[in-house]
Parts: sequence; C-alpha cells; structure tokens
Amino acid sequence: MTEPLLDIQGLVKAFGALRATDGVALDVLPGETHAIIGPNGAGKTTLIAQLAGDLRPDAGRIRFAGEDITPLGAAARSHKGLARSFQITSVYREFSALDNVALAVQAHAGHSFRFWRAAQSEEVLHGPARAILDEVGLGSRAQVLAANLAHGEQRQLEIAMVLATRPRLLLLDEPVAGMGADESQRMVQFLGTLKGRQTIVLVEHDMDAVFTLADRISVLVYGRVIATGTPEEIRTNREVRAAYLGEELED
Amino acid sequence: MRARLVLLIVGIAFLALAPLVATAFDQLFYIDLLRRVMIFAIAALSLNLILGYGGMVSFGHAAYLGIGGYAVAILAHHGIHNGFLQLGVAVGASALVALVIGAISIRTSGIYFIMITLAFTQMLYFLGISLDAYGGDDGLRLAARSDLGGLVDLGNSTAFYYLVFAVMIAFLYLIHRIVNSRFGMVIRASNSNEARTRAIGFSPYPYRLAAFVIAGAMCGVAGYLFVNHTAYLTPDFMHWTRSGEIMFMVILGGIGTSVGPILGAFVLLLLEDLLSGMTGFVGQHWQLFIGLFLVLVVLFAKRGLAGLLPGAQRND
Repeated sequence: MTEPLLDIQGLVKAFGALRATDGVALDVLPGETHAIIGPNGAGKTTLIAQLAGDLRPDAGRIRFAGEDITPLGAAARSHKGLARSFQITSVYREFSALDNVALAVQAHAGHSFRFWRAAQSEEVLHGPARAILDEVGLGSRAQVLAANLAHGEQRQLEIAMVLATRPRLLLLDEPVAGMGADESQRMVQFLGTLKGRQTIVLVEHDMDAVFTLADRISVLVYGRVIATGTPEEIRTNREVRAAYLGEELED
Repeated sequence: MRARLVLLIVGIAFLALAPLVATAFDQLFYIDLLRRVMIFAIAALSLNLILGYGGMVSFGHAAYLGIGGYAVAILAHHGIHNGFLQLGVAVGASALVALVIGAISIRTSGIYFIMITLAFTQMLYFLGISLDAYGGDDGLRLAARSDLGGLVDLGNSTAFYYLVFAVMIAFLYLIHRIVNSRFGMVIRASNSNEARTRAIGFSPYPYRLAAFVIAGAMCGVAGYLFVNHTAYLTPDFMHWTRSGEIMFMVILGGIGTSVGPILGAFVLLLLEDLLSGMTGFVGQHWQLFIGLFLVLVVLFAKRGLAGLLPGAQRND
C-alpha cells in the first residue's frame, strides 16, 4: 500500500462545549480526489481550516508527506505544498486577475524584499500566471479587476491562485458553491481534468460534483468521520443513509 | 491619465517657480509657508505608505518627526553641526524606534494597533518633556542649522526651499517604486485580504514591519527638515494632535493614492493659514470650518481630493 500524502490522527477542535472536530482520523492517498461530505454544521469548514493552518487543533496530529505539520501556520504549509480555496470567494478584489495569480507565483519565488523593480514588469511572475489563467479559462480576462469578474469567474480565479503555488495537495472548500448550473458544470469538468495529476481534498455540498469527481468519500457528522469508502460504498452504507443522505442518494 | 500627468507637471512647475515669484514680489513669507507645507507633505507621504497601502493605521507618526528633530537639536546642542552626520543619526534613530514600536504593534490589528502606536508616541512625548538638559517642556533653540557643507546653505531660505522640494519629489518617486515592487505588492495584498495572503504562502509580518521602519525613517527626514525650518525644538513635535494632523492630510488627500498626501498637506495647511488669518467669526473659529471641510470630504470624496482629479479611477 502506498504511503498516504495526508494523514490525520485524532484531530480535536472545540469551541466552548461544541466539539466541531471530534477525533477525526483521515488519510488521503497521492493522486486521489478525496471528498468530505456531511450535513450543515458537521464541521467540514473547521476541518479544512485546521488542515490549511488557519486554526490550531486542540489535539491530534496532521502529517503531510511524512512530516508532522501540526504546529505550522498557513503560510508555512503553503510552502510545504498545501493550497486552499475558501468557501466564500477570497481574491484580491482591487487587483487585476493577472496580478492576483502573479502574487501567488511570487509567494513561491523566493523572498519579496525587492523594493525597486515593478512586479508587473517581471516576466518570471507574469509568464506563469498567464499560463495558469489560460488553463482555467480566464486568459481573456487577465486585465480585468477581480472585483469586476462574475462570481463564477472569481471562483475560477481562486482555483488559478491555488494552482499557481504549485501545490502537492489542493484543499477545495465548496468550489461550486453559489454557481449557476452551467458554471458549476464547467468547474466540475475542469476539476476533472486535474484528477490523477493532483491530489485533492474536496469539501462539497453538490452531490453531483462529489460523485462525479471523488475516488473516495468520507462522511463527517457532528465532527466525526462515520464512514470512508468509494462512492459506491458510501451510496449503499446504511449508517450514512440514516445519518444524512437518505433520499438524496436514491437515484 | 494624460490630464493627471499635465496636472502633476503644472503642480511641480508651480512649486519650482514659487520662490522666484515670491522673491520678485518681495513676499518671502510664502517661501517659508510653502516650505513648511512641503515638510508636512513628506511626513504625510511616509505615513501613506503604511496607512494607505499597508492598512496600518498608525496614530503615532509624529514620533518620528520628533526623533528627527531631537537628533539634530541634541547634536547641535553639543556642538556637532555636521548635517550629514545629523541626517544619519535622525534616520537611524527613527528607523530603530520604528523597529521597536512596529515589532510590538504589528502583532495587533484594528483598534489595538491604533492605541499602541498612540501610546508609544505619548511615551516619547513625555520623555521629551522630561529631558530637562534639552529644554524639557519649553524646548530648545537650535544652536545652528545643519551644516551641509557647500551643498546647500539651510540659512538661505530659497536654497532650503529647493532642498525640501527635491526631497519631497524624491520621496514621491521612491514610494511609487516601492508600492509597485514585489515588496509593495505583498504589503498591499496583506491589506486587501490577509487570509488569502497567508494561504498563498506569505507571512505578512516581516513585510509590514519593514514598511513600518521605512515609513518611520522617511518621517525622520521630515523631522530633520522641520527642526531646521523652525530652528526651535519642542516636545510638541510629537504631540498626538500632530499625529492626527498628518493622518488628516493623508485621509483628506486620498488614502493609498500617490499624490494624495501632498495634496492633503497643501489644502489642510493653506486652508488653516487662510482661515486663521481672517477677521471676525471665521477667523476666531477657523478650526470649526476646517472640521466641517474634513467631514464633507470624507463623506463625499471616497478617495479624498486625489479621487476628484481627472482619471482617478485607477489605483495610482
């Protein structure tokens, strides 16, 4: 069996009396798309925040590529190869789409204590940034301010920023949330093209997206993983159906 | 864009020619006035780097005006008049103090950041008052203006004017370079969206601290010029109302705009001069009218006065 890329053991995070993450154990294999689903309030976003380094867990351990990254903050984890998208679109609204992506490239191109040369004139930043914008289908919108992009385009831009850090693991927090049917389909299609090339942890409410993309699914309920398995196993798991999915999986 | 460039050139030409016109009409007072305004414009430019671009609302920027001033006055008091040495000490001491204040305050944000920067500056203000050897509360007459050798004679009002003018233009350009560099992009990105900035792999802290130190050092230069301008040092250089005044200039002129701080300094100080010189009700209550004016600008001009200039929709 291959060594997991991400290995989570006994993760606990409590907010007062509420144990939002209650002893989560989970592993993500290299190259797989691992979806995390669960009803509202199951603790999915809290879990992602701990994986990304935005929240410090109360207990437990997160190993990434064989290394314990539990004490590291978000920036340090980004340099280890973790990259996240946010549930609520998080881009630099007053920068152009190209500058948004170029900043993500810049973050992984040495230190930024360079005070004189205009960053916008640096082909080493803007060349790769343009290529990634093309890849996600925003090539023609490179010079548009992020604030002026449509909602779906902003989500694409965020994926572009995630990819620009050349990650080993993508943490995608509801990438199709708030998208129209067309946009959402295009996004799922695009994420499908990453499958196999990238290891992805996908938190998503949209079951079509989950069952299209996931190699394995973990079901989170009240801060605990109640089941992990292939889409087929999850579809037929009695506990999962009882706890959560029910009729949604009937078809 | 072109209209902006024309305005900028007209403004620079006006300031370049002002001493000649003032001399021709024998109105030397205006050289002094504009010089003072430009010194504050330098202070406001430096504050704008951290406040406007970096989102760090420092309510203690007058500290560096004071440190620059004290560096010159204390050295001069001990008979050291070498202006280059004084400048080095003024800039070095300002940078060092900014490093200490910044290292602590940048760990906080929002209202705490404002309060900590204010508290540090108040400490320095009271330290100044307690320095009896250097005039204490009353202040200290500058024994002699900084001696810059044959370069510029600061005793010559017009020559001093052009030095201040040159520093202001140089700082305007320097900040323009900084905010568009890799470093500047990190500063602006951290201000725009900190969570996103961490997520793509930046730790904002060292960049913010560096910006804070650069701004402090630049304002130290303003302090150096200011004490040579007044030829008299008092702890009031560092009074919190002074910090507020510099902040007003930035807000009035346009937060995070390149020429905004200069515009703000000119409009605020010239308006002050105009209104306080009037007779009757306006002259007696001029602060009231300044306040009203500020409120109106904040309410109706989103990006300050610079936002009202033609072609201002862009971020520069």
